[in-house]
Amino acid sequence: MTTATTAISVSGLVKTFGRTRALDGLDLKVETGEVHGFLGPNGAGKSTTIRVLLGLLRPDGGTARLLGGDPWRDAVELHRRLAYVPGDVTLWRNLSGGEVIDLYGRLRGGLDRRRRDDLLERFELDPTKKGRTYSKGNRQKVALVAALASDVELLILDEPTSGLDPLMEGVFRDCVAEERERGRTVLLSSHILSEVEALCDRVSIIRKGVTVESGSLADLRHLTRTSISAELAGEPGELADLPGVHDLSVQGRRVRLQVDTDKLDGVLRRLGEAGVRSLTSTPPTLEELFLRHYQDETVAGAGEGADEKVVAS
Amino acid sequence: MTAATHPTTAALRGGLRHELTGTGTLLRLALRRDRVLIPVWAVLLATLAAQSAVAVAEFYPTAAERAQVAESSNANSSIRALYGPVFGHSQGALSVWELLTMGTVLTAIVSMVVVVRHTREEEETGRQEMISSAVVGRRAPLTAALLAAAVADAAIAALVSLALIGTGLPAAGSLATGLAIGCAGLVFASFAALAAQFTESARLAKGLTGAALGAAFVLRAAGDSGTADGSSPLAWLSPLGWARNVRPFADERFLVLLLPLALAVVATAAAYELAGRRDIGAGFLATRPGPAEGRIAGPYGLAWRLQRGSLLGWSVGFVLAGLAFGGMVDGAGDLLGDNEQSRRIIERMGGAEGITDAFLAALAGLFGMIAAVYAAGAVLRMRGEETSGRAEPVLTGALSRPRWAAGHLLIVFVGSVVLLALAGLGMGASHALTAGEPGAVGRVVVATLAQTPAVWLLAGVTVLIFGVLPRLSAVAWALVTGVLVIGWIGPTLELPQWVMNLTPFTHLPKLPGGEATAAPYLWLSLFAVAATAVGLATFRRRDIG
Repeated sequence: MTTATTAISVSGLVKTFGRTRALDGLDLKVETGEVHGFLGPNGAGKSTTIRVLLGLLRPDGGTARLLGGDPWRDAVELHRRLAYVPGDVTLWRNLSGGEVIDLYGRLRGGLDRRRRDDLLERFELDPTKKGRTYSKGNRQKVALVAALASDVELLILDEPTSGLDPLMEGVFRDCVAEERERGRTVLLSSHILSEVEALCDRVSIIRKGVTVESGSLADLRHLTRTSISAELAGEPGELADLPGVHDLSVQGRRVRLQVDTDKLDGVLRRLGEAGVRSLTSTPPTLEELFLRHYQDETVAGAGEGADEKVVAS
Repeated sequence: MTAATHPTTAALRGGLRHELTGTGTLLRLALRRDRVLIPVWAVLLATLAAQSAVAVAEFYPTAAERAQVAESSNANSSIRALYGPVFGHSQGALSVWELLTMGTVLTAIVSMVVVVRHTREEEETGRQEMISSAVVGRRAPLTAALLAAAVADAAIAALVSLALIGTGLPAAGSLATGLAIGCAGLVFASFAALAAQFTESARLAKGLTGAALGAAFVLRAAGDSGTADGSSPLAWLSPLGWARNVRPFADERFLVLLLPLALAVVATAAAYELAGRRDIGAGFLATRPGPAEGRIAGPYGLAWRLQRGSLLGWSVGFVLAGLAFGGMVDGAGDLLGDNEQSRRIIERMGGAEGITDAFLAALAGLFGMIAAVYAAGAVLRMRGEETSGRAEPVLTGALSRPRWAAGHLLIVFVGSVVLLALAGLGMGASHALTAGEPGAVGRVVVATLAQTPAVWLLAGVTVLIFGVLPRLSAVAWALVTGVLVIGWIGPTLELPQWVMNLTPFTHLPKLPGGEATAAPYLWLSLFAVAATAVGLATFRRRDIG
């Protein structure tokens, strides 16, 4: 079901390369106007999905809708309304950065000249240098300026900041925030979790060509565990039988445990009964969240062995 | 060998050892990457050699027949220009007659490809940076590339020699043939090494080496068209002339082999000197800044920007070669006489209407076949754009794949017409001047332009391969090479007609002189359009990358 507010809608997407099954029934939904994080370990199928969405690869199964059209059949029309930044930008050795930016502008729906000049200044990019003389980060900037200055509705960014210095990374974040304010939709594939945390409204995590989690960061946090460390006034009661408690360790009156975030309530009540002297509660970091999903056995969230693996890593 | 003559002072101080660290590993890497390329070419050339020997034994079995064909060919300056003189009239001498040109040219191309592949191409792609960060001496990559080319040349020399011996020819002549071809390969390997130091682009390095090869061919042709014994100073200036002057099967002059070896050493030493002085990835020409704002209007403008340099280079080459060969035509005269064999060669080469027209027609066909090399290369630029990852973001713009391809194909199809017209103009002009026949220009231009449908067909087949078998794009090169080999040696070897019919050029009327009928032009053009259309339709439906 694609509604007017859905920019990208993918369901059951399958793509095989020979015997390799790169996408194995992948689902992805991006609403119009949101910045959507697209995450997964190396080789999970992020770039393959993006290349299907761009009409560069033909899916072997499933459906994909982009801006209300078919990414393969309506490629030309759709491309007028989107801009793409690959993770590894290759430029023509004898064309200057300025020429490349303007070329892409013409190849897309047009270029906002003021924004182009503004972006060149903010990214501190010299447009007169030739393709071969740019560093990795500067090549990336050429593609970023070309995409951000384009007059489009949807930005598809595939690890767009690889090679950017922290300062430029900051400029990039500001730019994406501005894009969101203008009502543009952004699909952002990234490994930089702080970037995802700062920018994305919702994220989808994929692994081995399948979507394993999708939702807002708050939703995802809710699905994971909070670490609790407490010093109690009296003896702690039976904690191990409470639902959602893991890795419990009790040393006298000191208690350390992890608890599924949606079961937090029961644990706090039990601790309160014993009287709390001090309590530290650490919400799951994004890193933990991802490690959980990136690792093979932990997807279903079951099994003690798997839990240990999360802790070990 | 090259190391021993290394001239820098650093080497004399014993630094050479460090400069070459890692050569062995890099050589193994190079040979591993070339494990298909080198054996295929060596076997191809050996087959060519054996086939030549067998064909000569079959068609000219008696000494009298061989003497006749050798004498009449040598008496004809046009045949000498194209194939060189025959030294003696033994079976061996006739067998290696045109092999010494075709074989040296093909070996030179392999050597060039191998050297550029492992030097400049590595730097251009950035792979060299990582290799050089390992324990690898500054001159090790160049050394390994040259050694890989030397291995290729040695393999070709050995297999060609063995193939000739295998057909029952004397060992000395067979060995001389193999060595002459192999040494020519070394010369162009060293030229490629030198070119790779100057240019930042692998394409340009190959272009420069190819230009040197073309110049060597023209020098030899000009020299041999003037004299029948290979003694012309012009021929002695050309590495291809040296190969011929080794005179296999005609009192071999092995000492002549010292010339290509010496030149290879000098060029290699120069390349070594430059390699030690420059930055990795850099050439000797500084990069100038470009415009801050671009005027490239879209796919057509982009294709033109990417292809114009190479088209310009080919254009200059075609004009110069046309001028040079046009000037060699007039010497043809009527020396052909009544000789049956050489009449047959001429007929198969270019037609029956007099030796001058036949030679012009043969040259027009030759230019056509070389234009097909350009066309195949220009079509495969699209594949290069695709594999380098540059096509991908362009295709995410609002343009269809056929429109993107059309930008390149327009240049290929129009460009090959331009090349043929330029060759015709050059050849016609210099022929008109030397023959005092101003009307010749038009006839010659028509003759070269008439090759267009065959060139287009090969371009179309390359598009078809690009669309259907993108990973096997190299097959296009094999086809173009096959067409050149058949078109080149077919006439002298009297290859069966069905083999000749494999190349589209055989089906074109022999112009000037012959009678032009519309049918073959229409058919070839039709096939060219059909192949292009199917190729594009498939390209539209396949995955990119």
